[in-house]
Amino acid sequence: MAKLRDIAKIIKSKNAGPFEITIDIMFETQGLYDKVVASGVINAQLFAKLYDVDVNNVLYTPYPAALAMKGTIPRHISSGDIGDTDVYGAQQHAPMLDVEIPTVYFKKD
Amino acid sequence: MLSVSSILGYGFPEASLKAGLARNPHYVGVDGGSTDPGAFYLGSGKCLSAHKAMKRDLRLMLTGAVPQRVPVVIGTCGGAGGEPHLQAVAELARTIAREEGLQFRMALIHAEQEPGKVQSWFDDGKISALRNVPALTTATISRATRIVGMMGAEPFTRALDQGAQVVLAGRASDAASWAGCAIRNGAQAAPSWYAGKMLECGSASATPKGHDCLMATVRGDHVDLEPMNHARKCTPLSVAMHGMHENASPTLHEEPGGLLDATDCTFTTISDHAVRIGGMRWTGRPYDIKLEGAECVGFRVITICGTRDPILIGQLDSYLQTARDDIAARAAGFGVSAEKYQLVFHVYGKDGVMGDAEQVTQIRSHELGIIVEVVSDSEEDAIAVLSIARVVVAKVDFIGRLCKGGNMAFPFSPSDIAVGLTYKFSLFHVVRTDDPYAMFPTEYEEVR
Repeated sequence: MAKLRDIAKIIKSKNAGPFEITIDIMFETQGLYDKVVASGVINAQLFAKLYDVDVNNVLYTPYPAALAMKGTIPRHISSGDIGDTDVYGAQQHAPMLDVEIPTVYFKKD
Repeated sequence: MLSVSSILGYGFPEASLKAGLARNPHYVGVDGGSTDPGAFYLGSGKCLSAHKAMKRDLRLMLTGAVPQRVPVVIGTCGGAGGEPHLQAVAELARTIAREEGLQFRMALIHAEQEPGKVQSWFDDGKISALRNVPALTTATISRATRIVGMMGAEPFTRALDQGAQVVLAGRASDAASWAGCAIRNGAQAAPSWYAGKMLECGSASATPKGHDCLMATVRGDHVDLEPMNHARKCTPLSVAMHGMHENASPTLHEEPGGLLDATDCTFTTISDHAVRIGGMRWTGRPYDIKLEGAECVGFRVITICGTRDPILIGQLDSYLQTARDDIAARAAGFGVSAEKYQLVFHVYGKDGVMGDAEQVTQIRSHELGIIVEVVSDSEEDAIAVLSIARVVVAKVDFIGRLCKGGNMAFPFSPSDIAVGLTYKFSLFHVVRTDDPYAMFPTEYEEVR
């Protein structure tokens, strides 16, 4: 298994408006990106599970032009409301760091 | 079109502005706002950037562009684009004109919306919620402290057509000012809006990113992007990556009157620091204007403290529950019942960053930082409850307690911090209209 933190170039989170957080995962090379896509590990269900949200409220879009995947999830508490912990939504990426991609996809390297 | 930075007041190198102006752009501008820092600015009427910082940026823009007869266009003035924000930036422009001996015709495009009108649109069924936003109610409208509409491109185009050399706008779609400028000069809608999406963040589409000047040239069906600081360059990857920024979709951008679709964009290097982007599409749609509203959620008081006690940390949850109950009993004793305030423990070292979404359940730190937060409709109650909470968290007993001197280390005296009124976004909805101008009245003045 390879962890995303060891193969991605950027893993970040940020508000997409005050009611949603968007999480971007980007890769350095086309080869890496293609392998992670082929693994099928990253999808709307993964975002739903990691962030405890309904999969029907997850907007997941692979974006080959930026060698990136984007998942947008609803916030449990809107930005800055009482009980919110992260007004900018910039530190909600951590659950993605340890997502494991089966190494079978990297064997040709 | 030359964008000086990502937000008015965030700064930019003066040399980059000079290099941009030397290229004789048709327009110079900057976006002024964002919902990102929270609803406080919209609710309170305060500006996101300091007046000094905005004045510095605006002075350089006006003294550079006005003598060159290049229009200066600024959207979402003051961070939130309400009336006090627009007036604050307008006053800076007047002051700078006086100090620098500049004369220009200035347009102020207002974006604040009367609650009565919003209610009538709601009654007429013209308002709908955006994805993952609660449905609107009459109570939400009546509680809103301030509501703004997010204008599209048309009010900018009209203000420039009316001869304005400086256009200051309230809340606007980040890309709208630029789209309005380019479309006015005959450019196609798709590349005009795409250019706006890039320009609104200064040179964030370049690498390295930074608050700096970016030139966009819209010609035919494409956009050329070029940073004015040659320490930066736009690359196909840096531009594509920026398209994903702070947007739910990497490719679809909903704008007033249409949808910008970047799914099939092509990115071509045209020099060692410039990129040409083509293939974007614009599909006209019914004209929806976003409404943003802020609602006061009370007066906030906090205290910051930390514990280094492993016995306490080992039973943190029950300790916090005991403290919560004790605070409630003592507050009730001076007449503040539990429904009159909200008490939140932000525990750094446990789940302070992710809250209930945190999946790590085991505390691994030898020390924990705690922010105790009390919010109440009454300033007096908030201050009183936080004051007793500070005592309780320090003194409340727990099993095996050895630290009889106090459970918490407080770094400051006074330790109670009155943060003030606090706000949340309550409206994030769209209203259907057939008139891009009616919600955004424009005034003109001769500044000298």
